[in-house]
Amino acid sequence: MNSFRERDGAHGCVRPIRAKGLVIERAGRVLLNIPEIQLGVVNCSAIVGPNGSGKSLLVKSLSALSLADAGAVIWGEAPPDKVRRFQVGLLLQRPVLLNRSAINNVIFALRAKGMKRPEALDAAYQALESAGLGALVDVSAERLSGGEQQRLALARALALKPDMLFLDEATANVDPASTLAIEQQLGQAIEAGLGVVFVSHDIGQVKRLADEVILMNRGELIEQSSRTDFFEHTINPVTRSWLAGEILV
Amino acid sequence: MQSFSESLFEAFRLLAAFDGNLREIILLSLQVSLTAVVLASLIGFPAGAWLATTQSRLRPYLLTLVTALMGLPPVVVGLVVYLLLSNAGAFGPLQLLYTPTAMIIAQTILITPILIALTRETIHDLYKQHRQQLSLFGVRSTDLIKTLLWEGRHGLMTALLAGFGRAIAEVGAVIIVGGNINHVTRVMTTTIALETSKGNLALALGLGIVLVLIAILINAAVHALGAYSNVRGTNHHE
Repeated sequence: MNSFRERDGAHGCVRPIRAKGLVIERAGRVLLNIPEIQLGVVNCSAIVGPNGSGKSLLVKSLSALSLADAGAVIWGEAPPDKVRRFQVGLLLQRPVLLNRSAINNVIFALRAKGMKRPEALDAAYQALESAGLGALVDVSAERLSGGEQQRLALARALALKPDMLFLDEATANVDPASTLAIEQQLGQAIEAGLGVVFVSHDIGQVKRLADEVILMNRGELIEQSSRTDFFEHTINPVTRSWLAGEILV
Repeated sequence: MQSFSESLFEAFRLLAAFDGNLREIILLSLQVSLTAVVLASLIGFPAGAWLATTQSRLRPYLLTLVTALMGLPPVVVGLVVYLLLSNAGAFGPLQLLYTPTAMIIAQTILITPILIALTRETIHDLYKQHRQQLSLFGVRSTDLIKTLLWEGRHGLMTALLAGFGRAIAEVGAVIIVGGNINHVTRVMTTTIALETSKGNLALALGLGIVLVLIAILINAAVHALGAYSNVRGTNHHE
């Protein structure tokens, strides 16, 4: 796998990703209220918390997929812009694939990035081979299993060579074998310099992958600390309740 | 006046013989309606996709207009096209009245709103599904419409067939702008109307059977495509 750091010297362009005064309201209800957050300092961060705690809204705002009602997002030194759009990726919970072959799904994304077709074809083959999907290049994406579809979506996201990749519960609906394959794919990319922020309900996965953990509840950031501090030394009462398996309301 | 059974027997005899006159009428019908469908799809597909994806404030008004135009009375369309193409009309100098081209224009006007509405429906669902992902790839405007039209190709085939069904079965507009001239603008529906009024039920019935067969074939194709799309859709969510 190509090094994300060495790719074009652009590492650091979008990292760290910071947000200040992020607020999202719907029908008078505050769904997200983050005074300040910084991600991408460590290689892999996990965002955890109960359903409806604002995790997805946060990653969508940080990846510039959706705009917050108030506040600012900064990629590196500047707000998100079109030039650096492909340096920040987002993998959604349900893979959204086009009704065409696996390789053409990857080629589509690379062409959207501006790559010429022969170049895109080579890069797409390489991406699918790296993802262990080499035997499925010509299979229609719709014919793949849920796990294979998510692996394809991840391969497509990685083929774009981002500096930061957000994953919104990307393994929530896939089988254990596919989860393992996805974690291995991610592990290799992280080693190569990719910054990863993933939303997960799977505590085991958080312990396996994350360098730091962020707990959210009711749209607010409760705690952001290293994995060891979070799981072993936290003094935050909400975190302790959540770790004890209590329902946060 | 022939009895129904005699007419039916004669109709099958005519169909079996498939003489030059019958062949000419059927081929002209297909030529006019297929051309109208192609032209209407060239307008309807992009227009429908644009309506499905636009944030324009005019969108609800345009949607209402398109829905209303879907129920355009063919004779009114025929009359308007007649006025435009007649010598005193805006396009009079083109001398298109009572030609197959006039019939194509009338049918295109009739089925374009249908194609726009069905395309919008197909693309709207796809857009909801793909909007975020395509936005992440920075796919916008023309590229977005092209991508969604390609993604919706199976659903759009159904729209095409529905448009073709409407066009081939239409009589009110083509009889006004085509004039039902023998060997020039005589199509299946206008011939059925004429021959029935003359009491020549055999030919009318024969053409009626062909029309019904075409309608059955179109419906079968629509159902087959729908079933095919459903199977693909089911697999997608497995």
